[in-house]
Amino acid sequence: MFGIFKPRTFFNLANTSIFWLKIILVFALIVGLVLALVFSPIDYLQKDTVRIMYIHVPSSWISLFIFLIIGISSFISLIFKVRVFSVYAKSLAPIGLVFSLISVVTGSLWGYPTWGTFWSWDGRLTSMFILVLTYILYVSLWLIIKNYNSAEKITNIVGIVGLINIPIIKFSVAWWNTLHQPASITLTAAPTIHSSMLAPLLIMFFSFCILSLIIFLIRYKYEIINFRVNKK
Amino acid sequence: MIFSKSSKNRLKIFSLIAIAASIIFFFIYNNLQKNVVYFYAPQEIKNLKDTPSNKIRLGGLVKEGSLKKNNNTYVFIITDLKNEIFVEYKGLLPNLFIEGKSAVVEGVLKDKKYFIASTILAKHDENYMPPEVANSLKKNKLNK
Repeated sequence: MFGIFKPRTFFNLANTSIFWLKIILVFALIVGLVLALVFSPIDYLQKDTVRIMYIHVPSSWISLFIFLIIGISSFISLIFKVRVFSVYAKSLAPIGLVFSLISVVTGSLWGYPTWGTFWSWDGRLTSMFILVLTYILYVSLWLIIKNYNSAEKITNIVGIVGLINIPIIKFSVAWWNTLHQPASITLTAAPTIHSSMLAPLLIMFFSFCILSLIIFLIRYKYEIINFRVNKK
Repeated sequence: MIFSKSSKNRLKIFSLIAIAASIIFFFIYNNLQKNVVYFYAPQEIKNLKDTPSNKIRLGGLVKEGSLKKNNNTYVFIITDLKNEIFVEYKGLLPNLFIEGKSAVVEGVLKDKKYFIASTILAKHDENYMPPEVANSLKKNKLNK
């Protein structure tokens, strides 16, 4: 059952799937972008500004989701010593960092025309800022610490501690009064976003997921080869 | 040398963690101090014992029909549908500042019923829809 986590099996799986994933990505991205930028309607209040959502929201979701995987992988690696999970986390981290930056920058660009400010230290924006800092810390620790084993241990701890922030980001808009609006899409209620806007949003999210997966597989292959070469 | 390569390395790591931890701690601390109460609702202002003299934020609905302009000065009412607070503001309003929608205003309380704002932030809700849908929703509401 856990055979897929064996480095060799996963390496071969990565090799065969990247090509097909790239094809899926091209199609999903074309459909998503055309729907989001051309065919989706304007918002009744925000007009065309609403189109920032199709980049902002998927990026935010993915940056949270990736950190969740990094945290869980770190836990498995540190506690159960299944060390290939550190390689997963290490390969994912720069992707999450870039998407969290995209989320913060596009959010700030969206904030100015809608709220009237680029930045405000409310619960959601502050916790998201801390996520970016955690990503920077995680990635730079891997770069700075030359000894693989100690880098692995320390980044595992950062991944686990950083996990605390994920529910804080998710629920900040529900727990506190924030400038950021509450979630439009929840598991418990019907989405408060019109279906003509929801469809491109979900397609964009899907293409960002595929994109992250492709970059992850490429980075994973690189890390595994690197590991083998350094060992010799 | 006291500073061997590995101890230098450890020192670097330690200081990096210490700096990062203190930055994170600083932000969390700051956040809990000021921003857990990012803004007060009118009801919360009413419940305060005395009028705070420092800068605060007040949030709520902009009461429909309450916005008046008088020589560059806007006066409107922020309400939570129970309590109302007059807000005075000099300057430009953000695009999404609309009567009947929410806003967050930054400034000082003159007294518990009167707020002098220096910054206005429009807060938008979680509803997104095309204009046609919004119009038909409005029509249905009026017909009821």
